[in-house]
Amino acid sequence: MTALRRIISTDHRIIGIQYLLLALTSVAIGTTLSLVMRIHLVWPNWRLPLYGPILPEDYLALVTIHGTIMLFFVLTTAPQAGFSNLVLPAQIGARRMAFPAANAASFWLTAAALVVLSSSTFVPGGAPISGWTAYPPLSAVPSAGPGQGAGMDFWLASLALFAIASTISSINTLVTIIRLRCEGMTWERLPLTVWGWFTAALLSVIAFSVLLAAILLLFCDRHAGTSFFLPAGDLVNGVLHTVHGKGGGSPLLWLHLFWFFGHPEVYIAILPGLGVTSMLLANFSFRRVFAYRTMIVTTLMIGFLGILLWGHHMFVAGLNPFAASAFSISTMAIALPASAKVLSWLATTWRSRPSYKTPMLFSLGFVSLFIAGGLTGPILAQPILDEYLHNTFFVVAHFHLIMAMAAIFGLYAATYYWFPLMTGRLMSEVLGRWHFWLTLIGAYATFVPMHLAGLAGEPRHYAQLTGVPNAAGVMLARLVPLNRFITYSALFLATAQLLFLWNLARSLRRGSPASSNPWLATTLEWHPALNPFGQAAPDEPLAVHRSPCQYEITPSGELFLPQWAPDTLADTTGEVTFDTKPE
Amino acid sequence: MPGLFAVTSLLSLLPADASAHGPALDRQLLLSLWIVLALFALAHIILLVGLVARRHSAQRSIWHVEYVPLLALAVLFAVLTIRAERLWAATRYTGASLTALQVEVTGVQFSWYFRYPGTDATFGRTQPQLVAPGEGNPLGIDPADPHSADDMISSQLVLPAGREVDLAIRSQDVIHGFSVPEMRLKQNAVPGETIHIHFTPTATGTYAILCTQVCGMGHYRMNANLRVVTPPDFDHWLAQREKAAQP
Repeated sequence: MTALRRIISTDHRIIGIQYLLLALTSVAIGTTLSLVMRIHLVWPNWRLPLYGPILPEDYLALVTIHGTIMLFFVLTTAPQAGFSNLVLPAQIGARRMAFPAANAASFWLTAAALVVLSSSTFVPGGAPISGWTAYPPLSAVPSAGPGQGAGMDFWLASLALFAIASTISSINTLVTIIRLRCEGMTWERLPLTVWGWFTAALLSVIAFSVLLAAILLLFCDRHAGTSFFLPAGDLVNGVLHTVHGKGGGSPLLWLHLFWFFGHPEVYIAILPGLGVTSMLLANFSFRRVFAYRTMIVTTLMIGFLGILLWGHHMFVAGLNPFAASAFSISTMAIALPASAKVLSWLATTWRSRPSYKTPMLFSLGFVSLFIAGGLTGPILAQPILDEYLHNTFFVVAHFHLIMAMAAIFGLYAATYYWFPLMTGRLMSEVLGRWHFWLTLIGAYATFVPMHLAGLAGEPRHYAQLTGVPNAAGVMLARLVPLNRFITYSALFLATAQLLFLWNLARSLRRGSPASSNPWLATTLEWHPALNPFGQAAPDEPLAVHRSPCQYEITPSGELFLPQWAPDTLADTTGEVTFDTKPE
Repeated sequence: MPGLFAVTSLLSLLPADASAHGPALDRQLLLSLWIVLALFALAHIILLVGLVARRHSAQRSIWHVEYVPLLALAVLFAVLTIRAERLWAATRYTGASLTALQVEVTGVQFSWYFRYPGTDATFGRTQPQLVAPGEGNPLGIDPADPHSADDMISSQLVLPAGREVDLAIRSQDVIHGFSVPEMRLKQNAVPGETIHIHFTPTATGTYAILCTQVCGMGHYRMNANLRVVTPPDFDHWLAQREKAAQP
């Protein structure tokens, strides 16, 4: 019983680590699947050991599970639930989350969702093949293909569990931020990480409830004879759909519901990264974040605009063309708050001679990748260009740079930065630096050429580039050399991550012990009274006296004023100078 | 200029441009790529210069650092948006002219079918119950409809160069993506709907028609040829096929 209690913990820090471990497991699976896909694309006759040749339906199942795992179980869990559980309460001066039991429930529901998703591989027909967007009728009719029977049901069940878990977790986050801030922690003094989690949680509550509804409707179409997404007379592989009563449904309804969820979802993945990057750039530049208030406003604006532009996934889906024009404008508009963030980061690091610790390197990498991946947004936001680029590898390159690579760099920065709060130890800087440079090179080498493949017209979700008949076959075969380069780069990128795993395993036991505030940070998670590896004082009252990132230059050097240091102390003995002397 | 070379060679990656609206689309794409590449370089130069320069803390005004550059970016993106909207409006806001050639495109796992309406210029009714690919009726054309008799179904899309085409895009089963890269054309085929797009092929040749919306295990090999021929060749081909189709 005690063993069970140790596993099913209601301690937010343990739950945070559990989420991170779940994400680490998921990212290992998701990366392996993507490598199998990459290898199959350029060496189609390669046989997967213990399995055999990869059939077209296997390839699509790989795409589907790769996308689902990465988006939900990595990019939603780790930034939003993982790190927020680990440090959010401390950052606002609380010692717990608002609802500890619900917190544990949402983690275990998420874990159950991952088990259900993985099980879909082992049911008759295998995993679903309709991609993470699951457009009906492909996803609504079992006769549409292998994997669309039991596999699809498992997929739907998994995402339903995940949606419930995320909703609970987001409500917990929101209530914690609203109700449990300590004395003096006004909204303007909240670290930008907290603003990122807050905005992402607001989006989660809205988005995941819509996803849950859509999943239930699709489930009814599959099993209860309804016609939300199926038109009358739809004939799939010899199976005719007849409608009871009047009329029929439309697949476009699913597209609307799904993307009303799906677009906010990609912002949920990146918003915490934006917050972490802002705070870390300031921390290691020993500066205040430039235009702090504007940063808060742009975070909220990105969240708000994020729910108004789902239609840009549907420019060629069959909407009224006027709708495309409207969604194109709202999509272009989001470039402005995003650019404001980049400008603020550039101003924060400008002539700061920062300290290049590994978390800082990954934060700078985040900035670079966010710019690179973000800038192709205004290209894809133009409906006329979508007429050529939609569903090509140009889109794949765009969202992998910004959503996968930038968000992963945010996660790495956060891991290197907060590792002492998980283990009391620091990760190796030498390994960290190697890991950073190799990953940065690998990321650009993998995803920049994908833009070229897209410009050359390579469509997504193609199981093979060779052996295709007609003029299309000539066009696709031309793309094999470029794809071979992408595959080599992807293998290099994945291999570089072994350095991280090694660093993790090594530092867990042999990392140098961390002091209570190793990065000279100003935010409350480094408060000595909250340090789980120091003299944690569970009863000491917490109070905040100023905004985060107060670094000042004095004739004797620099000093930093943590949010918790009382004003009187700062004037007399509380000055902490640090060793990296400014020039 | 290495930048110019980079972007121009990017564009040479694109397949040939063989439709009337294509060149304007390509110019807009080239302009967008140019702007993006320039902004990427500029941001990285500022980032790197800021990192290597001596430490210096000066009060900077938010106007200079954020609002003025944002205003410039807003103007830039607005210009791009307006140009793009005008092109989109020109191709999509209005339908085809009344003299356009009518062709119906139907996506079925995993092939494209093209139906020409025949001399009566009207497509016969289709019914899913009548679909029988094995009996030569893959679209379920209803023989009871008098318009059906002269309808002709082809597995390749043959079009005359220089004449506007009005495509009526449909799907029998799941969502497919009708895409012709050389024509700079893409439109999903949605079951239950008939979606019209129109364009004018300009150069004769054989081009690829792809499926660009994942539709099942055969998605990657769901394609057809588009053959753009001279008008006399087209008339000859159509007459031959119609004669063969008559009972």
